[in-house]
Amino acid sequence: MARNSVLVPGVSRYSRTAIYRKKGLYKIKKYDTAPAAKDAATDKVVEVKGAKNGGKRTIPANKASRFYPAEDIRQPKKSRKSVKTAPLRGSISAGSVVILLAGRHRGKRVVVLKQLDSGLLLVTGPFRVNGVPIRRVDQAYVIATSTKLELPEVDAKFNDAYFKKSKDVKEKEFLAKKESKVATSESKVADQKAVDKVILEAVAKTPFLRQYLAAKFSLSKGQFPHNMKF
Amino acid sequence: MVQGSFTRQVEVGRVVLLDTGKLAVIVEIIDHNRALIDGPTTGVTRQAYAYRHLTLTPLVVKGLPRGARQATVKKFLEKSGVLATWEQSAWNKKIEARTARANLSDFDRFKVQKLKNKRRVALGPALAQAKKQQA
Repeated sequence: MARNSVLVPGVSRYSRTAIYRKKGLYKIKKYDTAPAAKDAATDKVVEVKGAKNGGKRTIPANKASRFYPAEDIRQPKKSRKSVKTAPLRGSISAGSVVILLAGRHRGKRVVVLKQLDSGLLLVTGPFRVNGVPIRRVDQAYVIATSTKLELPEVDAKFNDAYFKKSKDVKEKEFLAKKESKVATSESKVADQKAVDKVILEAVAKTPFLRQYLAAKFSLSKGQFPHNMKF
Repeated sequence: MVQGSFTRQVEVGRVVLLDTGKLAVIVEIIDHNRALIDGPTTGVTRQAYAYRHLTLTPLVVKGLPRGARQATVKKFLEKSGVLATWEQSAWNKKIEARTARANLSDFDRFKVQKLKNKRRVALGPALAQAKKQQA
């Protein structure tokens, strides 16, 4: 029995939710939410009364049910997909200069330190050059340039746990008025200086590089990103 | 050979620029649409090529016999020194400048911008001074 009709090709008389109600789909359970219970033991041994009955008998541990539902409910299929962290783009490596496309630092050119376990890029301005601190950034929001710096490996203490906000810091930020900012801890400031020191030495070797990192990226008339080489 | 106002002829020995950007020599004329071209030293395989996909250059490899095979074409190309002339030509220089500009990295573009500004700052007042002195 057709419950819906077509007014104009592409437009039906009743909406998706209206049809759901009309068909009574709320009464039909599509998938069984609880997975089928598994029996630990299949057989058990039971004592039987009566002299000539054999004394012991092995019977199934759980008695078979006398009632079954009229219709079988489907078990949801087990997904074969596994969640993995995003693989690092071939054009990005430690020491690459990268353009940030989103966030408060959009347009800024920034140095990649490494990729963290979560898949995010660990990145720094350096802070004195363009105001970008040691920060995490998703590589999807980044344009990789072909400019690379020679950098030693970053301290292993910079991982995802380093960036986790503690409870009291979160509270402070919530309570602080919009104008005032919560001061960064001294240790973080020291970390920033230590990391940036090495990078600034490398930056000083190439002429114009410091100016380049301080300048913001923008498109001018006639420039199209798909036609440009970075 | 000039016919009226046409200075560049489709002829055996004419150096042509293919749409792909490579140079080749016309070895034989097939018909009103195609020619047999060859570019042993420029990386063009000997093949039939339509005129609409190539441009005639003012250069000619003189004395190339019609239908010459690859070894002969190579000999005549090297003897004529046509490719060296091409390298020096203004046409080729413009092409090279265009490709260089297209292949600039983001950092290169930034450096070009800074240097251009520097040049403007140096030239501008100097030019204005020179004009003033002339007037």
